Amino acid sequence: MTATIPPTRALSAGNGTPVAGGQAPARRRPDAGPWHAWKRRLPLMPALAYMIVVTQVPFLVTLWYSLRSWNLLVPGSNRFAGLAEYRAAFDDPAFRSAALNTLKITASAVVLAMLLGVALALLLNRKFLGRGVVRTMLITPFLLMPVATDLLFKTTIYDSNFGFLDWVLRPLGVGQVNWLGTHAVGSLVVVLVWEWAPFMMLIVLAGLQGEDLEALEAARVDGANAVKTFTYITLPHIRRYIELGVLLGSIYIVQTFGDIYVLTAGGPGTATTNLPYYLYEQVFNNFTVGVGAAAGVIVVILTEVVATFALRLFSGLLEASAGAV
Amino acid sequence: MIKGSNSRARRAVTRLGATGTAVIVLGAAAGAGSAGASTRVPASSSPVTIKIAVVSNPDMETIEALTPYFEKQNPGIKVVYDTLPENSERQLIETDITTHANEFNAVMISNYETPIWAHNGWLVNLSAYTAHDPSYDVNDLLKPIRDALSVNGQLYSVPFYGESSAVYYRKDLFAAAHLKMPLHPTWAQIASFAQKLNNPAKGVAGICLRGQNGWGENLAALDTVINTWGGEWFNMKWQPQLTSPAVESATNFYVNLVRKYGEPGASNDGFTECLNDYNAGKAAMWYDATVAAGSFTGAQNDAKGSIFANTGYAYAPVGPAHIPSGWLYTWSLSIPSGTANEAATWKFLSWATSKQYEQLDASKNGWAAVPPGTRMSLYNNPNYKKFAFANITLHSILSANPDQPTKAKVPYVGVQFVDIPQFVALGTEVSNQISAAIAGTESVKAALATSESDAQTVARTSGLEK
Amino acid sequence: MAVTTVGPPPGRTRWARWAHRKWDLRAGFWTGLTWVVALVLFFPVLWMVLTSFKTEHTAYTYPPRFVFSPTLYQYGQVFNGVQNFVHPLEHSIFVTLVSTGLVLLLAVPAAYSLAIRPVKRSKDVLFFFLTTKMLPYVAAIVPIYVVAKDLGLLDNDWTLVVLYTAMNLPVAVWMVRSFLVEVPRGLLEAARIDGASTWTEVTRVVLPMIMPGLAATALICGIFAWNEFFFAQSLTATNGPTMSVFLVSSIQTEGLYWAQLSAAATVASLPVVLAGWIAQKQLVRGLSLGALK
Repeated sequence: MTATIPPTRALSAGNGTPVAGGQAPARRRPDAGPWHAWKRRLPLMPALAYMIVVTQVPFLVTLWYSLRSWNLLVPGSNRFAGLAEYRAAFDDPAFRSAALNTLKITASAVVLAMLLGVALALLLNRKFLGRGVVRTMLITPFLLMPVATDLLFKTTIYDSNFGFLDWVLRPLGVGQVNWLGTHAVGSLVVVLVWEWAPFMMLIVLAGLQGEDLEALEAARVDGANAVKTFTYITLPHIRRYIELGVLLGSIYIVQTFGDIYVLTAGGPGTATTNLPYYLYEQVFNNFTVGVGAAAGVIVVILTEVVATFALRLFSGLLEASAGAV
Repeated sequence: MIKGSNSRARRAVTRLGATGTAVIVLGAAAGAGSAGASTRVPASSSPVTIKIAVVSNPDMETIEALTPYFEKQNPGIKVVYDTLPENSERQLIETDITTHANEFNAVMISNYETPIWAHNGWLVNLSAYTAHDPSYDVNDLLKPIRDALSVNGQLYSVPFYGESSAVYYRKDLFAAAHLKMPLHPTWAQIASFAQKLNNPAKGVAGICLRGQNGWGENLAALDTVINTWGGEWFNMKWQPQLTSPAVESATNFYVNLVRKYGEPGASNDGFTECLNDYNAGKAAMWYDATVAAGSFTGAQNDAKGSIFANTGYAYAPVGPAHIPSGWLYTWSLSIPSGTANEAATWKFLSWATSKQYEQLDASKNGWAAVPPGTRMSLYNNPNYKKFAFANITLHSILSANPDQPTKAKVPYVGVQFVDIPQFVALGTEVSNQISAAIAGTESVKAALATSESDAQTVARTSGLEK
Repeated sequence: MAVTTVGPPPGRTRWARWAHRKWDLRAGFWTGLTWVVALVLFFPVLWMVLTSFKTEHTAYTYPPRFVFSPTLYQYGQVFNGVQNFVHPLEHSIFVTLVSTGLVLLLAVPAAYSLAIRPVKRSKDVLFFFLTTKMLPYVAAIVPIYVVAKDLGLLDNDWTLVVLYTAMNLPVAVWMVRSFLVEVPRGLLEAARIDGASTWTEVTRVVLPMIMPGLAATALICGIFAWNEFFFAQSLTATNGPTMSVFLVSSIQTEGLYWAQLSAAATVASLPVVLAGWIAQKQLVRGLSLGALK
């Protein structure tokens, strides 16, 4: 079904650099001028305007709120407060711990999901009986509605009395463990990894399938063992795909909210409160709009800094994969 | 959408209600609400839909199932429920009320929110309605409950059910272990029973206690323990007292009890989870809301050998300071000021909290299942009096003292909460800490130290501290 | 999709035949291992489906039961119970379909402009779209809530349509663009030389060629919209809860609920799971924002 038309790939090398490189200038018609540039931009405008209005304007309003000491529960509290709310956010140990938790949860989930994803992709990258069925089974966790996954793990799997995990581990002398209490971060990460490993697997699999078979064959003939073949031939080849998977996975997982909301409600204590959940609590539990907005602005600024680097990486990856794939 | 037709004038008045001072605005907002109702809905032309946000629990399940009877009696009114677990429901309703979104015609709140919100002018004064409705018999409502829902003698919320806290225990397990539960136990006795009855090998915990975060969850139970240990949230100068010896000792007791002899996974358990555990025979005792009695397996027909038949009842245990420790709580229904169809909404509210509803519920589900703790007439009803839990519920409610919940005089009202708007945030923070201590990821000392500093911030920023 | 065939080298000598047999054994081992791993990872899904056919009582037995007499009671409750899924299902379908349609309507022209008729700063625009995916949308919920409230659009499907469109638009622009750059330039040139207008060029040449790509894009956007929880949770109440919100809110209303929860979760997940199974080859492209095929 994929519209892969091999001969045109070379032509489309303008991928990511539509103006600077590639064929665009060569095809530019003689009537190109400011008016035509606008005409060309015209189809882009609705989408661009839409995104600016829906995503940027609320953030500007958030910026405005962040300068006010607004607590919805206290009438008359909506007053200009300068930078006081920023100070309150920085002073809140829960905010700092949320930042740290975000890093901890995102990094461990992404890395573990990627490790599992690579392993699964390697297992799948062979011809064997029932390959299609196995792949279908493996991508299912990603397709399940995340809050459904969370509810099921919370109840039928993690429950300390009737949970499936309890039954599996009891012969090993581990029983009646409060998974979501005593091991909250670990239990949350397990669910995230279960949800995201298929995503990583698919991306790495795409990389493996573009692998140079002749090189592999040559290595095998030369007597290189599996580990060596993997390290020296396969890994360098799929490195960019791994980077891409890590980048995209991080973009999604850093926003984790529903999983935390359902599984742990940020607890116990603040052990699993990440930044999105912290912001949510500030607004929808504490109703301290000012502090929530200030913390939100800080998070946006941090995100922008990280995003700048991430995008540079992504841009490089795109140009590389456009050539490679 | 009903809200689409909000008149600008009415919206302005509601805004005023948000920012103006209490007394003047109360009348204005209430007036605006009814004015809006009369202008927008042409009299009885099309059916009115009433949206109600409620907390999910067995009694609400029942009323949802019985609502068709109300709709049949009142053909012009249709009732729609938004049912959510407690923590989510609070967030939803508070967002709605504080932003004056007026999504709901009626909301289920408690004796924590009612006085604060009434004071802010966010709720409709219901005394105006009850005064003209003798059949509602407002004086039949239990006095502590009625007082807790009133400001300056005016009622702002009508109770759907009222509760205190009590101990449930399995008579069969106690008999097998040759133990006897006193009617007025101490926490020391409870701890020793829990130790003897705790049997992890058989999957039976000595006691089920709430550990889930949320000020309405683990804090409700813990606060009663703190009170009867003589501890307090704030002293008369609004200085936080969460690291005082009494609070620390009480918290240590509670956390150790549930960690040693409590249900596994306690840090995730609230009322619902404990009810499930207890009904599944997974706990020998349970300290929780008196309302649970009607939801025990077998309560509908008092079946032999059922959990209901095997359950004994005792008053909330007391600690070293010997202060009666049952809490006072009621889930009640209020009308946010400025919403449409106020009169129709009142019609539903008065039905849901009436004697007639009790009759209807009893005829369908048996008397044990009737929403308890609101009306004296229920406790005079021989059909209801025969239940062992009825008397304990009544007397626990009547003896709860929200004005002086602990040993020393305190500047706040409330047994298991502090009646200030900031308590939602503070209580949640503290309950997070407690649930971490119960999970064992934090020490009680550290949990209380963090809580104390949170309380200090609240006292300082809210200008309460003198 | 190309399948990597790492078969045994053609064996002629006895040595090679031995190697062949050894390879067979090894292959068997890896195949077995793959199946075991897949079954373990798939198990929670299987367990959900199994539990959905139990009674609540069976669901709460210890040790867990694998053999039991199945019942369709829970599914009956999901569709006919006091709190049933019918309305949330309708909301989810409406919001998913409309937002996905809107996304395509906005994304195709934008992607066309970016891929086929790029101008200065097109690349910046492309990356602007991507940055919006990285913003912590939770931070913007108060303004969104207040605006929705003032417009009387709380608890309304259209609010979610607007937000889901914004949520998926960047993904769609990137994806559609990646399909568009593959359209042979020669065809476009030919069409233009024949005097075709831009409109004809797009409708007659470009769109038919990227149809499969648009289907893949729609699928991905549909999955994200269907599964979304945060906005739905924050902005809907009685009128317009979607499946994800309803699933979370409908639990815990009764004493025992695991079996019913499992049935509800199965129903809630089924459309997306089926769509994903059928279109699994397009998944990877969508998930990598069109960077991979």
